Amino acid sequence: MKLRDIAHSRTGDKGNISNISVIAFDEKLYPLLCSQLTAARVKALFAGIVEGCVVRYELPNIAALNFVMDQALGGGVTRSLALDAHGKSLSSALLDLEIEGGFGDTDAAP
Amino acid sequence: MRHIRIGTGAGYSGDRIEPAVELAEKGDIHYLVFECLGERTVALAQQARMKDPDGGFDPLLEDRFRAVLPICAAKGIKLVTNMGAANPLAAARKTAEIARSLGLKLKVAAVIGDDVFDACKDGDLPFMEIDGTMQQLGNRVLSANAYLGAEPIAQALREGADVVITGRASDPALFLAPMIHAFGWAMDDWNLLGQGTVAGHLLECAGQITGGYFADPGVKDVPGLARLGFPIGEVGEDGSLVITKVEGSGGRVTAATCKEQLLYEVHDPRRYIQPDVIADFSHVAIEEIGPDRVRVSGGRGTARPETLKVSVGYLDGFIGEGQISYAGPGAVARGRLALDIVRERLQLTGAEASETRFDLIGIDSLHGPGLSAGGAEPYEVRLRVTGRTETLREAVRIGNEVETLYTNGPAGGGGATKSAREVVAVASVLLPRERATPRVQFVEET
Repeated sequence: MKLRDIAHSRTGDKGNISNISVIAFDEKLYPLLCSQLTAARVKALFAGIVEGCVVRYELPNIAALNFVMDQALGGGVTRSLALDAHGKSLSSALLDLEIEGGFGDTDAAP
Repeated sequence: MRHIRIGTGAGYSGDRIEPAVELAEKGDIHYLVFECLGERTVALAQQARMKDPDGGFDPLLEDRFRAVLPICAAKGIKLVTNMGAANPLAAARKTAEIARSLGLKLKVAAVIGDDVFDACKDGDLPFMEIDGTMQQLGNRVLSANAYLGAEPIAQALREGADVVITGRASDPALFLAPMIHAFGWAMDDWNLLGQGTVAGHLLECAGQITGGYFADPGVKDVPGLARLGFPIGEVGEDGSLVITKVEGSGGRVTAATCKEQLLYEVHDPRRYIQPDVIADFSHVAIEEIGPDRVRVSGGRGTARPETLKVSVGYLDGFIGEGQISYAGPGAVARGRLALDIVRERLQLTGAEASETRFDLIGIDSLHGPGLSAGGAEPYEVRLRVTGRTETLREAVRIGNEVETLYTNGPAGGGGATKSAREVVAVASVLLPRERATPRVQFVEET
C-alpha cells in the first residue's frame, strides 16, 4: 500500500528549510510509520532536491512524524528559481511511498 | 471561567476578505486578528516607504478595514494586525482616517520599534542561513526587523486601543496578546504562554485549519472551499482551547486539520521558539468534541530566549524567466528539444547566469527528473527556463531566448511569456533582546 492510504501530510517552509509532517489516520498505525518512514528513507527519496540533512521528530501524542529537511528549497523561498519555491508540493511525493505490511507488523496491532 | 473568542480575519496579505466580514457579523468574537506579513514583505514595504514616507504598509489595509470596521465598532470587537509592515504609524493614521470617514470613533494604536536596522548594523551580526554578516552585504541591505512579542500589543489593548497595528511581530503573538490582556497572564507563566502560543500558531494561517491546504478528493474531502469559513479560537483563562468556525460556513474543522496545522512550519516540536516563550508541542492532545469543534490542550513552555530573531531583507541580484507551451503528439519531445535549444543559445550568446533551471511543467518542474520518471505522457507541456543574474539586462536575456523559440524553435510553440525581476531575499540574525525597544503610539484623535 501507499503511505497515502494510511497517513496525511503537510509541507511548511522557513527560509531554506522545508518540514513535512506525516500524520497517521489511525493512531494504531503510528508504530508502522515509525518503523518504515526513517529519516534516511526520506533523504533518499528527495536526493535530487534536498542538499542538507533530514531530521525526524516523533510526536506520539498526535501519531505524527515531522521531517525537517535542511537546504531543501533552492536557496530559500525568497530567492529560489523553482516553480514551487515554497516546496508545498513535496508532501505529495512523500505520500506516494510504498509501505510494507499493515496492522500485523506492529506491536500496537489490534 | 472567563472565555474570549478570537477570529482570524486573514492568513496572508492577499487573503480573501469576506470570511473576516462573516466572522465579525456572525462569529460572536471579541477579537479579530489579521496576519498579513510574509517573511520578505517588510523588505518590499521598506522599498515602498523609501519612495513614499506615508507608504510602506499593507496595500489591502483600506479594503479590509472598510469592510469590517463598522461591524467591529458596533459590536466592540477589537482588531489586531501586522498590516503596518514597514510603517505601522502611517498605517495607524490611515486607519484613523478611514474610521473618521465612516463616522466611527476608534482608538488606533501603532506598535513601533521592530525596525532594528541601526542596532543590527552596529553589531555586525552573522546570518543564520547564509554565510557572512550584515556589514558584508553593505548597501544591499534594505531592512532589518525584529520579531516582537505580545507585550506591546497587550499594552496597547490595556490602554484602550480598539485597533492595534504592528509591523514585524511574531504571528502567534498577535493572538497571544489578547489572551494576556484579557486574562492577565503573567509574562513568565511559561506553560500558559506555551498553550497560548499553540492557539496562536493554529489560528495564524486562517483557512489552513478550516480545510484549506488540506482537501484531497476521495481521501480528505472538504465541502464548500469557495466559501471557506475562517477559524475561531475559544480560549479560557486557564488556556483551554477549542477551535471552531462560523456555523454554515464552508470547510471543516477536524482533528486532522488541526494536526496538520500544528506542525506547519515547525521544526523541533519541543522547541518552537517565540519571542515570549519557547513552546513545547510534544504533549499537545487534539480531540473532536462536536461538529467542527476540536479541543486542543497540553501546550507547554519554557523560558523565553534572550535574543530576538531579526529578518534582514537584502538585494540579491535578478531572476529572468521565460515560458512557452507545446501540445498534442510529440509535445514532450518538442519541449525537450526547445530546452536544449535555449540551453545552447544561452551558452552561445554568453549570457551570464550563476544558476539556471530548465523545467517542463507537466513533466518534472516540481520534483525534478528523479521523482518524475515513469509518469504517463501528458497531452501538453510547458517549458520553463529561469536563471539568476547580477544585472537586469542579463535577466532579460533569459526570457528573450525562450520567446525566440516562436520562430526559431520546434513546431507549434505557443503562449510564450517572459519576466525579469529584482530579487529581495531574506536572511535572519539573532539580536540581544535589550537592543530592541518596542513602543506603543496612539494616533491623535481629531
